[in-house]
Amino acid sequence: MVGIPLGMAVITLILSKIHNRIADISATATTIATAAMSFYLIGTGESTYWMGGWFPPFGITLVFDGLSSLLLIIVNTVALLSVVFSLSYMEKYTAKPKFYSLFLFMLAGMNGVVLTGDLFNMFVFLEIASIASYALVGFGVEHEELEASFKYLILGTVASTMVLLGVALTYAMTGSVNMADVSAMLKSFPATKTMAFAAGAFIMGFALKSGLVPFHAWLPDAHPSAPAPVSAMLSGVLIKAIGVYAMVRVIFDVLGASPVFLEIMLVLGALSMAVGGFLAIGQWNLKRMFAYSSISQMGYVVVALGLGTHLGFIAGLFHLFNHAAFKSLLFLSAGSIEHATGTRDMKELGGLAQRMPVTSTTTAIGALSISGVPPFNGFFSKLLIILACVAAGRWFLAALAAGVGVVTLLYFLKAMRFSLFGELPKALSNIKEVPFPMAFSVIALAVVCLAVGVIFLVDPAFSDIFLQPAAEVLMDGLKSNASSYIASVLGG
Amino acid sequence: MLSHTSLYILDIALMGMGIYALIAKRHIIKKIIGVVIIEYAINLFLILIGYRAEGVAVAPIQDAEIGATELAAKAVDPLPQALVLTSIVIGLGTLALMAALAIKLYEKYKTFDMSEINRLRG
Repeated sequence: MVGIPLGMAVITLILSKIHNRIADISATATTIATAAMSFYLIGTGESTYWMGGWFPPFGITLVFDGLSSLLLIIVNTVALLSVVFSLSYMEKYTAKPKFYSLFLFMLAGMNGVVLTGDLFNMFVFLEIASIASYALVGFGVEHEELEASFKYLILGTVASTMVLLGVALTYAMTGSVNMADVSAMLKSFPATKTMAFAAGAFIMGFALKSGLVPFHAWLPDAHPSAPAPVSAMLSGVLIKAIGVYAMVRVIFDVLGASPVFLEIMLVLGALSMAVGGFLAIGQWNLKRMFAYSSISQMGYVVVALGLGTHLGFIAGLFHLFNHAAFKSLLFLSAGSIEHATGTRDMKELGGLAQRMPVTSTTTAIGALSISGVPPFNGFFSKLLIILACVAAGRWFLAALAAGVGVVTLLYFLKAMRFSLFGELPKALSNIKEVPFPMAFSVIALAVVCLAVGVIFLVDPAFSDIFLQPAAEVLMDGLKSNASSYIASVLGG
Repeated sequence: MLSHTSLYILDIALMGMGIYALIAKRHIIKKIIGVVIIEYAINLFLILIGYRAEGVAVAPIQDAEIGATELAAKAVDPLPQALVLTSIVIGLGTLALMAALAIKLYEKYKTFDMSEINRLRG
């Protein structure tokens, strides 16, 4: 799972010396393989792999459970569609094979973070994914891209360093970097100031990576500046896999979810939700608005997970999944618009619905999903989040979530009004619909958005297949301090 | 010989210097140096965790002259050293990318002053 993209990243680069087309084929084949594997693994239950045959706590372990399964599906599906999209989109850049190579490194890093059962190993994979993404943000080597990439690089490196400090402090306290082992040992002695400092370092590092307010400064620069498939990966999955997932895994499975951590998550989430939403309204750059909206939507996810209730976990993970679908859809659609018109400034757009029926339909579907219009998937996860807030007695958060939902609707109506409908500017009178691979990706994601919503409407029990096991993992971390996680990794 | 605690204090001071350089300096290269100082302070911190004070430390290699129990009591912890090695390599990768970006930024903007590189706003 980790090895395939990592190996293929290098092989793709070498093969491309023979012919540039081979890079297209091998990158697509690799992502198809990883996506197929992640679906094949649904419902196989928890399993642990000891690398090199060294048993924990000595060797590096890979752990697969419900939460990893959910994240793997999200990561690899979006990766596959992004690669298909970039088959045509990346034609205008030079060095396409290098793009695929970096892309596969990023994919390998994310799969590694999701699967690893070892704190230091998590840091290594985090850095693989991050370094590849810094380079991908600056891939266009123009003024804005370089500036965004440099900001992202500096802040990202500080974040990684904080995570490393957390790992070092944890090792100093427990003498182990295996997550389950650390968790088992932390239970045996009382909380100390050192562990609180380590937890602070972890939370700051992961919050920086996931772009939560007040650590969000890099995100609205980096996400819009990257090429569209990379924006889709960054906003759709990277901030989830190496930000929210890593934070949740460390808090719930390693440190033990105490009320203090949950409260921190609630505050960070609520801030992100509100600030991201209001900043998005004022944006005229299509992709920049989507980036602020990512901050806002990640706020929803973190609030729901921070509630610490079963309904909250289900709602948060459902929204995580949905956000991956509609945010990558929106970024890819914005990429299509930019590909066809050459601009992403809403003031210069308009009337695209007449000329680009496919792209404008998918953009509209994405916008309606994210603003929570039934029957699309965003409606149900937002409804669940608000219900979970109410059930947990957090009336203020429920009101805030509902209020930001209205704000979301507002700025996506603005986006649709100014880009899709209205008068077609003279300069854009001869634009054409995008080529097939790009259209295929956005249609596939739009179908996911609609289908998930409709299936949920018809039969809410479908969430049992993959949301339930993932929520169970978090419940376990909450109730018994991850005892079944420890048992499954250390072999009881 | 410095005591263990003062080594930690010096290490934290080093980290503080790095954070100062990162925040207060506007020159790109100085910012990069700040980031690298923070990285190295953390690497040093990892080494200090595995270090045994008061001069009893030996390399963690077992040979004929030293028994297993004596080795366990005296040797420095080898795991942080392995971790630091990995972390240094990662740091090198980041540094190379930062330096490359700095060169490209200079080519485009003709300046190293971060306060003049501000096309992205809002």
